[in-house]
Amino acid sequence: MREINIPISDETIRSLKVGDPVTLNGIMLTGRDTVHKWMIDTFIRKTRPPQGDDLQVYGAIKPLLKDSLIYHCGPVVSGLDTKQYKFVAAGPTTSIREEPYQAEVMKHFNLKGVIGKGGMGPKTLQGCRDAPAVYFHAIGGAASYIAQSVTRVLEVYKLEFGVPEAMWVIEVIDLPVVVTMDAHGQSLHAVVEAQSHQVLQDLLAK
Amino acid sequence: MRDLTENILELIRRTSTDLPADVEKSLCTSIEREEPGSAARGALETILKNVALSRKNSTPICQDTGTPIFYVHYPEGMSTRKLKEQIRTAMEAATRHSYMRPNAVNVLTEKNSGNNLGGKAFPTIHFEEVEGDELTIELMLKGGGCENVGAQYSLPDSRLSAGRDLAGVRKVVLDAVQKAQGQGCAPGILGVAFGGDRGSGYLASKEVLFNKMDEGNPDPKLAELEQKLTDEANQMGIGPMGFGGKTTVLKTRITGLHRLPASYFVSVSYMCWAYRRRKMSVKDNEVTYD
Ligand code: SF4
Repeated sequence: MREINIPISDETIRSLKVGDPVTLNGIMLTGRDTVHKWMIDTFIRKTRPPQGDDLQVYGAIKPLLKDSLIYHCGPVVSGLDTKQYKFVAAGPTTSIREEPYQAEVMKHFNLKGVIGKGGMGPKTLQGCRDAPAVYFHAIGGAASYIAQSVTRVLEVYKLEFGVPEAMWVIEVIDLPVVVTMDAHGQSLHAVVEAQSHQVLQDLLAK
Repeated sequence: MRDLTENILELIRRTSTDLPADVEKSLCTSIEREEPGSAARGALETILKNVALSRKNSTPICQDTGTPIFYVHYPEGMSTRKLKEQIRTAMEAATRHSYMRPNAVNVLTEKNSGNNLGGKAFPTIHFEEVEGDELTIELMLKGGGCENVGAQYSLPDSRLSAGRDLAGVRKVVLDAVQKAQGQGCAPGILGVAFGGDRGSGYLASKEVLFNKMDEGNPDPKLAELEQKLTDEANQMGIGPMGFGGKTTVLKTRITGLHRLPASYFVSVSYMCWAYRRRKMSVKDNEVTYD
């Protein structure tokens, strides 16, 4: 299986096609609903002034996110009391909830893509073309297995969002994913949707 | 009454970390249907590796440990107040042990309670008194991703030309599967209740999910429809995770409820492959887990 190392180059991203199974290595951040909303409101559309440690966190994550990925994941983490953090379970969460924000977040932070499950919509697909970036689909529910790929937790930001919603900076080795949206405008989700829709119509007509 | 907190904690641990054998068996069978080297087969292989690893390390099968739903069948004279307290204490302990992710969020303040306790409804506990002297506690962990793709239809549904009969039930269930795509972490298990009101329908659609995978439906007509729906859902080619493939639904379960003359609801609960439900029984002071 092909290995992709983070930071990822534009050239590598453009060489990926829908359906490609790959493994990922390197440093990435987790981020889901609260994080995306926080990024958009505070730094991108600026509808809310930065508060508390917002600017400091922004300064810290900006270089980390460049040429890297956001993983849509709300992990189970042990060692919360001792701060010896360890990922216990870390499968992907449903990505489509970030559809209103994802393209803007990818552009602002120079992301090379996101990891999640269930795929995303046309706005993100266009964002993948523009960036360029791709959508990596992890195996939903394979939480213990994926947690094993997380070899280190380097930092956590915004833990006050709650354990699942915080930004965890993690190092992964051999994280198995499938490219389901590429930088050339192809989406496996759109294809499967269309085909299954056709079959459904035939079945309904029976 | 003896204190069962430790035993309930063990029930939660098993439910979250040890996928029941019937589900694993069904996943193992379905893997053979997928093309070698395909994304669908890769997904199922990873799923099975994950199941083995979670069992070995006592870590959650899925990080979304879901809504904990308890059904307690208790003998006459047992205190449900005490049982509820013990369940809640065990839930807190299970969260501390990382068997459960903190999953109860106050909808108004957005604050996560941190211990899987929240208001009266989290965790959900149903009590029912039974004859005899055996206590059973069943637990299901219902994930959020698959809960979000559940659906309720009011028949007749003109968009789908679905009338108020089993043929209509078939059509709306197929529509629900197509809409869900891979979002509920396919392959899934369908719990279907037709009839009832909006509340009782959804409740029953979850209750049928406590059955074993190989348990047949006592009603031959419903048994036939269950098989047909599973087969037809799999013709749609959605596949594991929605990657495309032959395995979309592992099993369908249907139950009927009395309805008002005016209403005809079909409620569909989608259960992801991480089909976590287990049972403990207490009889003559002996505790067993299935
Ligand atoms: S749908 Fe099920 S397997 Fe998928 S993330 Fe949710 S709980 Fe886990």
